[in-house]
Amino acid sequence: MTSTEKYVAAAYLVVFVMILVYVVIIAAKLARLDREIGDLADEVRATRQDEEPGSAG
Amino acid sequence: MKKLLAPLDNAVGLAVLATVLIAVGTAMTFFYAPVDVDGLNQKIFYFHVPIALTAYATFGWGAWKALVHLWKKKPGADLESYVAIHQGTIFGALTLITGSIWAKLRWGHWWLWGEKELVLFLIIFLFYCTYFMLRYSIEAGPRRANISAVYALFGVILIPISFLAIRLATNYIHPVAFTKQGPQMAGSQFATFMVCLAAMWTLAGALYRLELLGKRLDLKIRELRELVL
Repeated sequence: MTSTEKYVAAAYLVVFVMILVYVVIIAAKLARLDREIGDLADEVRATRQDEEPGSAG
Repeated sequence: MKKLLAPLDNAVGLAVLATVLIAVGTAMTFFYAPVDVDGLNQKIFYFHVPIALTAYATFGWGAWKALVHLWKKKPGADLESYVAIHQGTIFGALTLITGSIWAKLRWGHWWLWGEKELVLFLIIFLFYCTYFMLRYSIEAGPRRANISAVYALFGVILIPISFLAIRLATNYIHPVAFTKQGPQMAGSQFATFMVCLAAMWTLAGALYRLELLGKRLDLKIRELRELVL
C-alpha cells in the first residue's frame, strides 16, 4: 500500500468512524430514554397500587 | 404518540437512502470517476467537498430555525436550530479532518495558517463550538432560546465569507472546482460528486431527524415525570 493510498483510506475511515460513533451515541441515548420510560411506568404502577387500598377502605 | 414518532419514519427512510447513496458514491469514486492529474488524493474531494457543503447547509438551516424562533415564536424551532447546529459542527469537524489529510498529501502540511479559506472555516467551526458553551451557560427557558437564536443568526454571516474566501484567496492554492463557466471536471467526476453530495445531505437529514426525535422524547419524558409524580 502506497503512502497516498494510506492517506486516502485514512480520510474515508475517519468519516465512517465518526458517523458510526455518532450513531452509537444516539443509540445509547435512545436506550436510556427507553429505560426511563420503563422506570416511569413502574413508578406510576406502584403509585396506583399504593392508592388503591386507601380508596377502597 | 403517532405524531411524535413521525420523524422516525422519515429518519429511517432517509437513513436507508443515505446508506444506498454512500455505497453507490464510494463505488463511483473508486471504480467510475477517473484518476486525474492530481492523483489518487483527488478521491478525497468527492467526500470532503460534500461534507463541507453539508456543514454550511446545516449551519444555514440552524440559522433559519433561529429566525423562525425569534420571528414567529414557533414552539420547537429553538430545539431544531440547536440540533441543526450540532449537526453542522460534526460535519465541520469532518471537513477540517478530511481537508487536513488532503492538504498533507497535496501541500505536505496538515495546516497552513496563511490560507484564508482554511482559517475562515476554522473560525466558523469555533464560532459554532462556542454556541454550545453559551447555550449551556444559561438556564433552560425563553432567555436561553432567544440568546442562542441571536448567536446562531450572527454565525450565518460568516458562511458566505468563508464560501467566497476560496475565490478571494490571493495565492489560489486551494483548488476551485466550480467557476462561472460551470464545474471544472469531467462529466463522470461531476456525476460522482453529485451522488456523494446527495449522500451527505440525506445522511445529514437522517441524523438530524434522529437526534431531534431523541431530544423531543427526552423533553416529553421530563414533562410526563413532572405531571405524574
